[in-house]
Amino acid sequence: MKFAVIVFPGSNCDRDMYHAVKEVLNEEADLVWYENSNLENYDAILLPGGFSYGDYLRSGAVAATSDVMKQIKEHVAKGKPVLGVCNGFQILLEAGLLPGAMLRNKDLAFMCHQEALRVVNNRTLFTQSYVENEVVRFPIAHGEGNYFCDEETLNDLKRHNQIVFTYENNPNGSTADIAGIINKQGNVLGLMPHPERAVEAIIGSDDGLNVFQSIVRNWRESHVANV
Amino acid sequence: MKKVTVFITLKEGVLDPQGKAIQASLHSLGFQEVAEARVGKYIELQVEDHENVDERVKEMCDKLLANPVIEDYRFEVEEAVRT
Repeated sequence: MKFAVIVFPGSNCDRDMYHAVKEVLNEEADLVWYENSNLENYDAILLPGGFSYGDYLRSGAVAATSDVMKQIKEHVAKGKPVLGVCNGFQILLEAGLLPGAMLRNKDLAFMCHQEALRVVNNRTLFTQSYVENEVVRFPIAHGEGNYFCDEETLNDLKRHNQIVFTYENNPNGSTADIAGIINKQGNVLGLMPHPERAVEAIIGSDDGLNVFQSIVRNWRESHVANV
Repeated sequence: MKKVTVFITLKEGVLDPQGKAIQASLHSLGFQEVAEARVGKYIELQVEDHENVDERVKEMCDKLLANPVIEDYRFEVEEAVRT
């Protein structure tokens, strides 16, 4: 399976993402600079964390208007998976691929520590290797991770089981403790916590590995079946 | 040439942690009369004359300058003063 890790000016978790899929899972992966990129031959797209364009205007807003987003939207339309973590999640929200928006953390502080998350939906291609309601530990590292949406959107998210991860102890003020959501089609996941920084027990947690393993498993199941 | 000023504010009902911190600081400086502080953005654009200036600026706000999920905006268009 072949992953593209999109690198924007200001991305800084791109190598962690690359490390997780290439060196820990031994899958094919490329770091792909956002300009003049060709995403046609990739099976999955990873939008890493960081501060694309220095968080100018709003986190993710400028990256969301870049040309590469057109290709990402085509990739999504084909049903291929896209995972956005942290700034990657913010970009997906700004691009309209996921509903809602991010606000400053409720206490204004930039937070960088491990959080307990609940896998509330394990029937997605990103979480199928988890057990339903399993509690996992991923690091968070953000200043604007306070997920906001209006009540109508929240009801819609609930109705379609689009809330995938919730915080056990909401650190940032997110609506309904939301840490990660998926689109209706089920192939775009955005989350603030960092699964790619939790792929080796020796550095604190390997609870995040199942996110990447789920993606690979899903891809293998659909592709091996077709052979 | 037109000078366009865009004012962007958080929607009513959207929590503004920065505004809250500013309000608390003003209180600690003795300005007890401050009942609320809201932080917004101010953007100035110099725009070439265009027949649909208002429509175009509205489009700019909707597509990039403001995020309609959490923000409201208004803008003013005036003749740019040449310097």
